[in-house]
Amino acid sequence: MPARKPDALTFQELLFRLQAFWAARGCVLQQPYDVELGAGTMAPETFLRVLGPRPYKVGYAQPSRRPADGRYGENPNRLFKHTQYQLILKPPPVNVQERYLESLEAIGIDLRQHDLKFEEDNWEWPAGGAWGVGWQVMLDGLEITQFTYFQQCGGLDLDPISAELTYGLERIAAFLQDVDSIYDIVWARDAETGAAITYGDVRLDEELQFSVYNFEFADVSKLWEHFNLYEAEGKALLDQASALFSKEDADAAVKRRFPLLATYELALKCSNLFNLLDARGAISVTERVGVIGRIRALAVGVAKAYAVQQSF
Amino acid sequence: MADFLLEIGLEEIPARMIAGAEAELGKRVHNLLTRERLLGPGGKLTTYSTPRRLAVLVEDVLAEQADTEEQLTGPSWKVAFKDGAPTAAAEAFAKKAGVAVQLLEKITNAKGEYVGASVKRLGRPAAELLTAELPKEVLGLYWAKNMYWRAGKPERFVRPVRWVVALLDEAIVPVEIAGIAAGNASRGHRVLHGEAPVVLAKATDYPEALRKALVIVDVAARRHTIRKALDAETRTVAGARWREDAALIETVVHLTEWPSVVLGDFESEHLTLPEEVLVTVMRDHQKYFAVEGADGKLAPHFLAVLNTKVDDEGRAIIRHGNARVLGARFKDAQFFWDFDQKIKLVDRVESLNNVTFQKELGSYHLKTSWNDGVAFKLHETLKGKGFVDYSYAVLQQAVGLAKTDLTTELVKEFTELQGNVGGLYIQAQGLPGDFKKETVEKVGEAIYWQYRPASTDDAIPPTVEGQLLGVADRIQTIIAMFSIGSAPTGSKDPFALRRAANAIVKILAESDLPLTLNEIVEASSAKDDWTSYKNQVAEFLRERLHFYLKDVRGFAYDVVNAVLAAGTDDVRDAIARAEALTAVRGSEDFAAISAAFKRIKNILRQAEEKQFAIGSPKDVPLSTEAQQLSDAAAALAPEVARLRQQRAYGEALALIATLRPAVDAFFDKAMVLDPDPAARGAHLGLIDEVLRGFSGIADFSEIVTN
Repeated sequence: MPARKPDALTFQELLFRLQAFWAARGCVLQQPYDVELGAGTMAPETFLRVLGPRPYKVGYAQPSRRPADGRYGENPNRLFKHTQYQLILKPPPVNVQERYLESLEAIGIDLRQHDLKFEEDNWEWPAGGAWGVGWQVMLDGLEITQFTYFQQCGGLDLDPISAELTYGLERIAAFLQDVDSIYDIVWARDAETGAAITYGDVRLDEELQFSVYNFEFADVSKLWEHFNLYEAEGKALLDQASALFSKEDADAAVKRRFPLLATYELALKCSNLFNLLDARGAISVTERVGVIGRIRALAVGVAKAYAVQQSF
Repeated sequence: MADFLLEIGLEEIPARMIAGAEAELGKRVHNLLTRERLLGPGGKLTTYSTPRRLAVLVEDVLAEQADTEEQLTGPSWKVAFKDGAPTAAAEAFAKKAGVAVQLLEKITNAKGEYVGASVKRLGRPAAELLTAELPKEVLGLYWAKNMYWRAGKPERFVRPVRWVVALLDEAIVPVEIAGIAAGNASRGHRVLHGEAPVVLAKATDYPEALRKALVIVDVAARRHTIRKALDAETRTVAGARWREDAALIETVVHLTEWPSVVLGDFESEHLTLPEEVLVTVMRDHQKYFAVEGADGKLAPHFLAVLNTKVDDEGRAIIRHGNARVLGARFKDAQFFWDFDQKIKLVDRVESLNNVTFQKELGSYHLKTSWNDGVAFKLHETLKGKGFVDYSYAVLQQAVGLAKTDLTTELVKEFTELQGNVGGLYIQAQGLPGDFKKETVEKVGEAIYWQYRPASTDDAIPPTVEGQLLGVADRIQTIIAMFSIGSAPTGSKDPFALRRAANAIVKILAESDLPLTLNEIVEASSAKDDWTSYKNQVAEFLRERLHFYLKDVRGFAYDVVNAVLAAGTDDVRDAIARAEALTAVRGSEDFAAISAAFKRIKNILRQAEEKQFAIGSPKDVPLSTEAQQLSDAAAALAPEVARLRQQRAYGEALALIATLRPAVDAFFDKAMVLDPDPAARGAHLGLIDEVLRGFSGIADFSEIVTN
């Protein structure tokens, strides 16, 4: 069995390399979105930028919260919050697959020593009215990337479409470093002392405490209150947007400044609250579909309004 | 004579869709060449595919169509030529035909003399026709899921098209597909060959040139390579054998361009987990083949099929990577198994309130109570028939616990193990109270088998309790779905209700359960407002019985129609009748009887249309032949009825066939629709009796005779 790899990229070197690779190919490097969300797709840099005709290329790391996946820091493979590296290429270049493979070489994966397959996997986010067609990329039996050609977002057909590459950074790091537990991943190495700071050093407490909160302490009635407040505000804003956008004589500049981006954040808050309530076991079977529908109404409402706003 | 190659290069096609598309492309190209008269006498078509390409190679294509001569017929000669000179009609026809007036001919046929013209049509070059016709053939391929990728969405296809090769011998056919102009350059294995184009000098170079570029384009060859490699790798473990899995073989065939195999290990401590758990993880999640030892038991190894070839160092790396993933999954499975034991299945019944059965219907807790009702009604029905060779207590326990495994972590993670996990957990946990060990085993077994048969090829549950659980659960689901308007439509059956109904029919066909379809439908309704759906459900089951007899058991369609016209309620009885009818249908006597019964039906229908009264054969004195038929029928009827009671259908049918002489004689000599209404009524009454008296086994008029 190959020995643990001391020369493998640290977690943060991995991120540097990916950022550098895609920056060199014309991508804007954004920061992670600073509102709780469950996947890189949900950030406005993806969800809203894929709408409409304007080309765009962006890459960003995105810590993604999934309360139900918390394991108190005890499971070596599963996290409450994992880090995606999210990439949007709009429109996709004709050699997008080859570019992706080059990015793997750039992070130290010599494809001639590994088995790589593109296996059918069609991703969707029903609450966002979003879906696409594509693959999970398998490397020696491990899924390392979700590769999707977006077809619809916010319930709208996309033209041009976007290619979305979502790398699972913890998985890739654990693979490169050949460690059996995510917590053993070397996050960074002190240049002077050579001391390694591990993933566990950085995040174990967070994983533990948030699992405790998500499963044991989160106040269900307050979570519902938050949800209802955010939802109400979001709905009110969408109604205002709708009224404003349909006013023929209203100024284009006024229409353009309407805060849809802030409205979207309210939808994101609702989505995260749903995940918290779900982890708490507080959503009954009969409620579930209805609540997802309410989030969808907000998210898709924003998407549609945003698409209209782009035309003013 | 030329050879034609078409290769469509694209991004990885889903493995499950490739075989169908490859075959369809071959058919489309074949049909195109045939209808355009471009296929030579030695025409041979071969299809190829990998995940990244679909190709067709046709040997013996005509470089251009043969010229044709078409004979056009115009106006009559008298109209076209007057006094030897052409008229305007002749001129017009000549112009239309594109020939000089002087070249017009005289055609004489049965209708007289006409003007004719022989028009020579030059054959078009193959390249021109292919360029014009191929794009719509390729873009017309059926895909279960399509996407668009180009701005303006000009076409939809399974994945973006990235290159096209179209060659007629050495010449490029200038076709354009999805915006890609055809050339003579293909692509080799992404990693092993790299991005250098694979230039093809001529069409027939295709398979070899791609092989040199590390791509095996022939599916059968890839399959063979994989199987041989599985054998070779397994031989490295003494006495071991890999577990055959035809479906998995097909999947990995369609995931690779240059396959090789690596054998890896897992910790033998995981072998304490049931085999079905281990194999499901290996097969469904990781696409590995399982390995068994000489004793037939699972061995701590797996076989991974790779899309590459690597040296020993690479093999060690890949083996290690796969083993890591598998080890983690097995550890999870072990964790879930252990965690699940903390709350026994019997203690999980209430938590079924939190598992949705269907959003408009409710939870699995509710479904379980409905299932319980159905099982009870079936039990009562069976008791009424004296069928008691099973334990209602076992059935009741099994029904009550059947869905509890849906709340377990193991099933949440590996949903395909539903049922299996329930059965295994019951065996491991036992049941509270005074249940004997063998009762516990039976309950577990029934739960284990509840989702079988999974297809029309699959086995039915081996125990009566398992069969009844399977029937009860499925019929309850069917009527519940119908009640919320979710019955299957032509192309949509998202809840797999057809599969469920097929399973009910199959269970009845292959077990000893003395239940009819109507009894099962009767037992299914849990709510008063569902009673109105019983008819629809009964019709649905009848249609599934039709399917079973025709498509699964392979009875001829007319035999199936004949048998079902006489009764659709009892599945095994329908099968017995179909078998008996199939055996006799070839006989001359039987063909004659079928023809006669068709005739009888037609006459009776005519009589109804004309509102002739149907009397009785006793109304008037009958002619000799009519009386003989009446006597023969009367003599046979009780005997046939007795044989039918005994289900001795073969003998009954043979007996019915002996009516033939009397029936033939009757139709020969008697005038059925006698002008005298009394005689007519008596005749109609006679044939009506014959029809009704002998159609209990099958409606012979449905049998197709030549």
